[in-house]
Amino acid sequence: MFSLNVNGRDHAVDVEPEMPLLWVIREQLGLTGTKFGCGIAQCGACTVHLNGQPVRSCSYPVSAAQGQKVLTIEGLSATSSHPVQMAWKALDVPQCGYCQSGQILAAAALLAEKPKPTDAEIDDAMTNICRCGTYGRIRAAIHLAAGNGSGPASVIHIAGIGPEKACTASERDTGAQA
Amino acid sequence: MSAQSTPSTLTRRHFVVGAGAAAGGLALGFHVPTLAQSGAGSVLTEPEVNAWVVVRPDDTCVLRVARAEMGQGTHTGLAQLVAEELECDWDKVIVQTVTPAQNLARQRIWRDMSTGGSRGIRGSQDYMRLGGAAARLLLLQAAAAQWGVAVGELRVNRGVIEHISTGRSLRYGQVAAAAGKLPAPDPKSILLKHPKDWTIAGKPMYRVDTAVKVNGQVQYGIDAQVPGMHYAAVMACPVFGGNLVSFDAAAISARRGIKAVVRVDEVSVAVVADSWWRAKRAIEDLPIVWDEGAAAAVSSADIALRLQTGLDAKVDVFADTNIGDAAQAIVTASRKVEAVYGTPFVAHACLEPMNCTARITADRAEVWVSTQNAEAALAVLASVSGLALDQCEAHNPPLGGGFGRRGGQQDYVRQAALIAKQFPGLPIKLIWSREEDMTQDFYRPIGWCKLEAGLSDKGELSGLRLRVSGQSINAFSSPHNIQNGRDRRQLQGYYAEAGDAQLGYTVPNLMIEYAMRNTHVPVGAWRGVNTNQNGIYLECFMDEVARAAGRDPLEFRRALMAKHPKHLAVLDAAAKKAGWDRPLPAGVFRGVAQFMGYGSYTAGVAEVSVQGDSVKVHRIVLATNCGHPLNPDQIAAQVEGSVAYALDSLQSESSVLNGRIAEKNFDTYPIARMSQMPKVETVIAPSYDFWGGVGEPTICVVAPCIMNAISAARGKPVRQLPLQKEGLRIV
Repeated sequence: MFSLNVNGRDHAVDVEPEMPLLWVIREQLGLTGTKFGCGIAQCGACTVHLNGQPVRSCSYPVSAAQGQKVLTIEGLSATSSHPVQMAWKALDVPQCGYCQSGQILAAAALLAEKPKPTDAEIDDAMTNICRCGTYGRIRAAIHLAAGNGSGPASVIHIAGIGPEKACTASERDTGAQA
Repeated sequence: MSAQSTPSTLTRRHFVVGAGAAAGGLALGFHVPTLAQSGAGSVLTEPEVNAWVVVRPDDTCVLRVARAEMGQGTHTGLAQLVAEELECDWDKVIVQTVTPAQNLARQRIWRDMSTGGSRGIRGSQDYMRLGGAAARLLLLQAAAAQWGVAVGELRVNRGVIEHISTGRSLRYGQVAAAAGKLPAPDPKSILLKHPKDWTIAGKPMYRVDTAVKVNGQVQYGIDAQVPGMHYAAVMACPVFGGNLVSFDAAAISARRGIKAVVRVDEVSVAVVADSWWRAKRAIEDLPIVWDEGAAAAVSSADIALRLQTGLDAKVDVFADTNIGDAAQAIVTASRKVEAVYGTPFVAHACLEPMNCTARITADRAEVWVSTQNAEAALAVLASVSGLALDQCEAHNPPLGGGFGRRGGQQDYVRQAALIAKQFPGLPIKLIWSREEDMTQDFYRPIGWCKLEAGLSDKGELSGLRLRVSGQSINAFSSPHNIQNGRDRRQLQGYYAEAGDAQLGYTVPNLMIEYAMRNTHVPVGAWRGVNTNQNGIYLECFMDEVARAAGRDPLEFRRALMAKHPKHLAVLDAAAKKAGWDRPLPAGVFRGVAQFMGYGSYTAGVAEVSVQGDSVKVHRIVLATNCGHPLNPDQIAAQVEGSVAYALDSLQSESSVLNGRIAEKNFDTYPIARMSQMPKVETVIAPSYDFWGGVGEPTICVVAPCIMNAISAARGKPVRQLPLQKEGLRIV
């Protein structure tokens, strides 16, 4: 029997000590926002916080989480109001969305440690896989959540029929700051 | 601005739209449709205006969609089209997915549910716009009848109907019940809006499904919760074509939580347990005897040899294009260029592994499955269960990635049904391990390509021969599409005819051939096949030829494209935005490519530096003409995603060792990461005179423009993928 505190609630689970935290969260507690991707701590879809630190729960035995505080995407905020979630919505980051619980928790942990991360720090911390390729928007959303101002989530030029007027990054920035 | 603001005040996108479909120089801000969320798992009992539209008394507009949402934004785009014609309040739109049983019960009123080939929007836009327009007409008729006036005396704005002369008004929600009782209007009487008058379609609206994707609430197939559910882990013979001989269930069946060990079919075995982790760990330790079959002797080198023989073979080859005399033109040319390119098998690696939950009783069969073709899933379920279609249902939540893997082949549905059938009434959730997912895929087909070109003494392209030798998707999965040995699908992007995947060059002597050389490895659609491989072959070779001619690669292409103005316009748009003529920092080199697929024209320019074995892609500018751009922000999302997916086609390979796939997980199969992503700029260059695809077309230019930039940087061409074969890696 292992006791865990998940999203502020205490749970006792009767499982093998080596059962990964991911499967305790998903199957024993029924919290499906934490995803299975690879099972070997490579993709980060299963990222949760353990005492505020990001861990890849697919490779983290429940015995090692005994008595500690676990935070999953369901517990990050009651109304999707965490700055990272707000930024994700503002920039329409997700595509399929499967990796995004892990991405959001990885980003939240990064910002808790480094409130104004540089691009290099983002590269180092955000190693989660996104098969849809939302990386550019994730980066922009982290800067937005950090209050670094919003660089353009996407640089888009419209080159239509007739005289062209491009939407440049600077114009978009101006608009976003207004 | 702070991120603590409410979403509706975060005007993150201010587009200045060109003077085409929209007013020139108009800055537009948009806010989130806060009510919008996935409506999966719906039961269609609500009173409807018509099949496409339900308006609730509180004015919520439920728009029904049959196509699958796998991240590509189709649900948002189709909702925009219906809402545009319906003239409802976009902030009150909810998208509801219909199920295949619901579709069948109403004689497929929502049409084809299959979602692939970048057809989600272009293949549904006509009837869905009509559906929205018909619902609007019915709502107006209901209001007119209530007031005793003519429909022509009314106008509507964001779901509020007004009687112009008296100022009386009714909301859609107040007349929806009456509207639903009126006879459907004749579709021929409905005039759709001209795209220049669009106010919702064509605009960068927020996605309808973002809110549930940032808080863990969205439920994919793998998240299905069915009371009493058990879990299954599966293992199929690792060598394709091999069989399951026997297994020793006693070795693991006493373990905690194990319910049963069962044969699934001729090739696979499953462990059923009360926890997937217990099932998966047990099957890893299960003693299994395989009959691996003859293919166990085959490895990548054997396959390469077989494909190489196809490059010059006189038999089992067909010419799809044969203009003039390419061979003679090349023989007599002042200068000849020849190259052989190779592209490997690659895996889909959807982040949500293949899975399916099934429950089968004597008179009812159900699956819960993320699929690109829920009707195909239903058909498989009916076939395995032996029940009639109307006794079956395939619940179809959103997908954690599709990319073609979850399309035609519903192999995981078949497995889940075969297991569940052995436990009547017991819901079984089958989940593939990542290792099973990577080694039991339908891979992008392997191919080689030999290209020969002749140049005149003026450096003009006088003749071109191109032969693809490689595996056929049709031969594996749909042989009926091969007529008289002519499998045109593998030549996608080289077609003479206009419309879908046309070659953009005019060459006086041109021969394009395909030599089908199949292997024992299963193949299938992979986001952008076969334009991915074919774009690499031709567009990288064009750079080699241009270099041999001493010409600028952009100008060399342009000179061959006068008869293909749409291809040319997109190439020019990419080159202009990239600043092709502007100098680059020392050590940075450019590459260009253009191609066509899935009904859309694309071009790209990459900026790359190479230091030692390290390739850094700094910036990539990608232009697309998809005809009618429906949501610029989602087009950009697909273009950005195409870059990540194409990076994998440069660095990943599913290689064959002793008949099986060697790369089993992400520790050996590289996937693009944040640090590898370049800055991406999307150039939308619409001509507003056709409907093209968006999800796939861009991928086919990403890899070749990056490869051409690498070649420029290191002074010799890149011809073999993955890049590791050329001693290179992406950093």
